[in-house]
Amino acid sequence: MTGPRLPRLNIVMVLYLLFLMLPIYWLLNMSLKTNTEILNAFTLWPADLTFGNYRTILTDPAWYMGYVNSILYVTMNTVLSVTVALPAAYAFSRYNFMGDKHLFFWLLTNRMAPPAVFALPFFQLYSSVGLFDTHIAVALAHTLFNVPLAVWILEGFMRGVPKEIDETAYIDGYSFPRFFVKIFMPLIASGIGVAAFFCFMFSWVELLLSRTLTTVDAKPIAAIMTRTQGAAGIDWGVLAAAGVLTIVPGALVIWFVRNYIAKGFALGRV
Amino acid sequence: MEKTTNQRAWFLVLPVLALVAFSAVIPLMTVVNYSVQDTFGNNQFFWVGLEWFEMMLADDRMWDALRRQVIFSAIILAIEVPLGVLIALHMPKRGVWVSVCLVLMSLPLLIPWNVVGTIWQIFGRVDIGLLGHTLAALGVDYNYTQDPLDAWVTLIVMDVWHWTSLVALLAYAGLKSIPDAYYQAARIGQASRWAVFRYIELPKMTGVLMIAILLRFMDSFMIYTEPFVVTGGGPGNATTFLSIDLVKMALGQFDLGPAAAFSIMYFLVILLVSWVFYTVMTNLDSQGGR
Repeated sequence: MTGPRLPRLNIVMVLYLLFLMLPIYWLLNMSLKTNTEILNAFTLWPADLTFGNYRTILTDPAWYMGYVNSILYVTMNTVLSVTVALPAAYAFSRYNFMGDKHLFFWLLTNRMAPPAVFALPFFQLYSSVGLFDTHIAVALAHTLFNVPLAVWILEGFMRGVPKEIDETAYIDGYSFPRFFVKIFMPLIASGIGVAAFFCFMFSWVELLLSRTLTTVDAKPIAAIMTRTQGAAGIDWGVLAAAGVLTIVPGALVIWFVRNYIAKGFALGRV
Repeated sequence: MEKTTNQRAWFLVLPVLALVAFSAVIPLMTVVNYSVQDTFGNNQFFWVGLEWFEMMLADDRMWDALRRQVIFSAIILAIEVPLGVLIALHMPKRGVWVSVCLVLMSLPLLIPWNVVGTIWQIFGRVDIGLLGHTLAALGVDYNYTQDPLDAWVTLIVMDVWHWTSLVALLAYAGLKSIPDAYYQAARIGQASRWAVFRYIELPKMTGVLMIAILLRFMDSFMIYTEPFVVTGGGPGNATTFLSIDLVKMALGQFDLGPAAAFSIMYFLVILLVSWVFYTVMTNLDSQGGR
């Protein structure tokens, strides 16, 4: 060992990160410019720095309610998905039962189902039960791909917990619900965090279903962004600012799950 | 882990079953229903059997969209998988850079899909985008709204930008599971860099790469939002992939019968390919003895 030395970054990695960051930088750059500057001068950084675009979004309810709507249905979906997935994942990780393998694959097929296939039937289903344009409709629709995801991720984490712990707890006289909440859930806390993160993320990035199922009251920010086309052309600055603001929530939570993100994408199978 | 047989485990699965039945099975039955019926409006339906399926299979429209879709998925897989492995091999081994790289690499994955579209729509524009402007300044005739080839290149670069990190992260997770002793043995045996990759690193990555390919295949095969925002399926129909075509048919033109028949065949194709992957994956799982 040569002792502490300055960490170096590989050239391939630098180029790749540059490739990733450039488009994002350009969006950020545009969000801090006025429309006049965007359209009339080509500048690599804002010459006339302005936060006006952000002010527009954060003071206009038509804009910021989009973020509130998105966060509401995403949170509902995350809580719902993880709650129902927990006992199911436990069952899959601990027991053999009739049809378990088929059921497990069938769950995954829902993750594979193209949302485009479901857009129209969802629209009709939620209209007929009077849930159209509500947050709960979008939250329920997104369980289509998030519940299977949560089951798979949680099952992966639960497999790593030795079964002796369950048995000891039962011998000690714990009932199943008490054991599950008091002992088992703290043991797989990181798994629950990762599953919640992935539910949050996939619900946050999805547009097709959330746009189809909402008109006014529960319209997500992503769908509102498509409305920046006014009579005077597209309001590029505000569009860019709205885009930057949609990246923020993901960027904030990613730090906490950075070491587990690969495991999550591998559906708990790394 | 040894599992015990316990049929009462079904009760634990019941909530998931109820929820997924509501959000998947009922809508799917609606689709099946439409695919075998026709309507004159007023909710009056009559049985037409497999006519819609025959009509769609005889129609060039679906085959064209399928052809474009297959080409698109094949290209992005051919780029993203090797590139992702390359990136993973160049990840820093330890130190703060690991965390920084992980976070920066994951960032594109967390951007809402239509914002990804918006980013590239802006980035590629000749008048206000960095990429388009630079290319124009270099004298390249580039316009993704007019030229089919440019539109394709833009969409492919966008997808590579968006998803290569997923492959890289998974490959990196596979690499990290290799004990140092393997590398030491390779050094003693004076194995070449290529031999280390071929006989130590690649076998360890096979499992996660299968997952990466499965995920990338599935998601690229149902891609909708990003191309919809950037090109809207155009110019002409040049970038109309399966999902874009389907949404146009179902929600745009409200051709319920054909759209439903289309949906079912679409779903079946994805299901079939995914099943093959899944079988290979679980076989590897049991052989690898995790």
